[in-house]
Amino acid sequence: MSTSQASPRETTEGTVYTVTGGDWDEVVESAAKADDERIVVNMGPQHPSTHGVLRLILEIDGETVTEARCGIGYLHTGIEKNLEYRTWTQGTTFVTRMDYLTPFFNEAAYCLAVEKLLGIEDQIPDRATIIRVLLMELNRLSSHLVCIATGGMELGATTIMIYGFRDRELILDIFELITGLRMNHAFIRPGGLAQDLPPGTVDQLRDLVKTMKKNLPEYDKLATGNPIFKARMQDIGYLDLTGCMALGATGPILRAAGLAHDLRKTDPYCGYENYDFDVPTADTCDSYGRFLIRLEEMRQSLRIVEQCIARLEPGPVMVADKKIAWPAQLALGPDGLGNSLDHIKKIMGTSMEALIHHFKLVTEGFRVPPGQAYVAVESPKGELGAHVVSDGSTRPFRVHFRDPSFTNLQSMAAMCEGGQIADVIVAVASIDPVMGGVDR
Amino acid sequence: MTDQPNPEKELSEQNLPGQRGDHGEEIRVQRGMFGANNGGDTSGYGGLVRSVRLPGPATRPYGGYFDEVADELEGALEEQGLIPENAITKTVVDRGELTFYIEREHLLLVARTLRDDPALRFELCTGVSGVHYPDDKGRELHGVYHLRSLTHGRVIRLEVSAPDSDPHVPSLVSVYPTNDWHERETYDFFGLIFDGHPALTRIMMPDDWQGFPQRKDYPLGGIAVEYKGAQIPAPDQRRSYS
Repeated sequence: MSTSQASPRETTEGTVYTVTGGDWDEVVESAAKADDERIVVNMGPQHPSTHGVLRLILEIDGETVTEARCGIGYLHTGIEKNLEYRTWTQGTTFVTRMDYLTPFFNEAAYCLAVEKLLGIEDQIPDRATIIRVLLMELNRLSSHLVCIATGGMELGATTIMIYGFRDRELILDIFELITGLRMNHAFIRPGGLAQDLPPGTVDQLRDLVKTMKKNLPEYDKLATGNPIFKARMQDIGYLDLTGCMALGATGPILRAAGLAHDLRKTDPYCGYENYDFDVPTADTCDSYGRFLIRLEEMRQSLRIVEQCIARLEPGPVMVADKKIAWPAQLALGPDGLGNSLDHIKKIMGTSMEALIHHFKLVTEGFRVPPGQAYVAVESPKGELGAHVVSDGSTRPFRVHFRDPSFTNLQSMAAMCEGGQIADVIVAVASIDPVMGGVDR
Repeated sequence: MTDQPNPEKELSEQNLPGQRGDHGEEIRVQRGMFGANNGGDTSGYGGLVRSVRLPGPATRPYGGYFDEVADELEGALEEQGLIPENAITKTVVDRGELTFYIEREHLLLVARTLRDDPALRFELCTGVSGVHYPDDKGRELHGVYHLRSLTHGRVIRLEVSAPDSDPHVPSLVSVYPTNDWHERETYDFFGLIFDGHPALTRIMMPDDWQGFPQRKDYPLGGIAVEYKGAQIPAPDQRRSYS
């Protein structure tokens, strides 16, 4: 390797080493020569265990982290600004890309807020709401699986990683069956859903529930009682209830501190008050407690999925109001998913009014009465809030997402300072930040 | 005939057609339609004038737990020697949500009261969201806070405004430390300066970025792309229907 890459540079802040791999001896040698033990390590933004482009700035004294700071913004894509230049319906296509591991939660929060502004919450068909709940709970499973899988991998437990992604793939297959895509679905729309479930979905869902019931205990067997796993996770990333409340941490972090706060119970939406499920808590305030909570939440989500399957009744999946409902249902054609041929035949061949209506609604969109609304849903990471402002036009005036990853990541410093540098990885993994949601 | 006034020429208020949405507060006057501001207007819609109004102040009773929250807040402010009307300029109840418009100099005290008063106990702040109303003169920049009470299971909204010429709002970090990053984000995107914040720096945009991207006068940017032979303009250059 070239020495020029690793050669130290003198700056006003001290000596800067660029570590490019393989030159650790040189760094250690130089650090040993330096007059103090204090080293600032820049971890990221490209680092496999920082969950995307998260940059950690760690001041270390030996192996101990004395100060920890986050650098974020590397994945900022201006989604909130972009929304102001699209119609209300097109908005779902953007918000689904925010936290890309929880697309259905982003869509649901946004659509519930738009529906609140429109005042049509009561007109959403039951079937649409049940499918929304079904998709959100499956999404909770897939998000927690990624968290546990990558968290395990960062500890060197690659088996958990393989298992987690194996099971997540099964859920993504269902998503692909229902929405056509594994991620970035834009399936939940203001007023309902993009389309109904395709034939055979319920059978596949039953198979999935069966498989997941068989697979979930494997995580218990692999990890829950594993002494190495416990030694790495217990008492690491400690944040008690006071810290959680002050820092606004929600989701598994808050529940691991002993407070059973879950918006599905405390402030129900989408009819969650009619489902039977428990909110698991732990009192350990640490990474291990968060891991156990995620495992239990997956079991509870499976329970809700089963109840959803039992409740599915045939019916519409979009509001009846033709001034809001998307004019066409999608259908699978020879060139992929698109407007149904029947619909095109009708608007092109028989009804000029239907053509005008379709054109106006698709290009111009519907108007939303002026005002603002805040809707929060319990995403796998915590309280996901959508603050949506309308000025009465066909485009959002302002959309702000209170992403739980963004807020929870603030607690990184409180969890890591004073601990070992190796435990930073465990603590960050237990926060489960997704940079797409943090930076938006 | 001549001594009779022509009712069609008489433009007193009772003869004019009622405006849809006379209520509420005007934030902007919208002229024209379809976003076609240059060139000849053949549709006639170019002369359309419409005022954009947000929901206005509500009168009591507000309904639900809103009255209780408002009573408790007013009482608690009075106890601290503050006339509630001076701190709360407006109370809006819209779509089942309660919003207090707070004078910015009293924001810190109101937030502390909302957090600490046993009857209020809004322990959790879900951050601040900025909104830019460029045509609402003197109140261009808004900071919107959603407070959640886990004890009582309630949500309320606080809204403060600051003029573009003096974009200062007190920081709530001392009351709700979670607002640290949220206020940095709002500063980054709207240029709203939170006085008393421990380190108000940009958080999303690079440190040397010029301008505040989420303001309405900041262009979205983008380039025209060719699709099937036609030039599709950048999103902010496309026709808008507002």
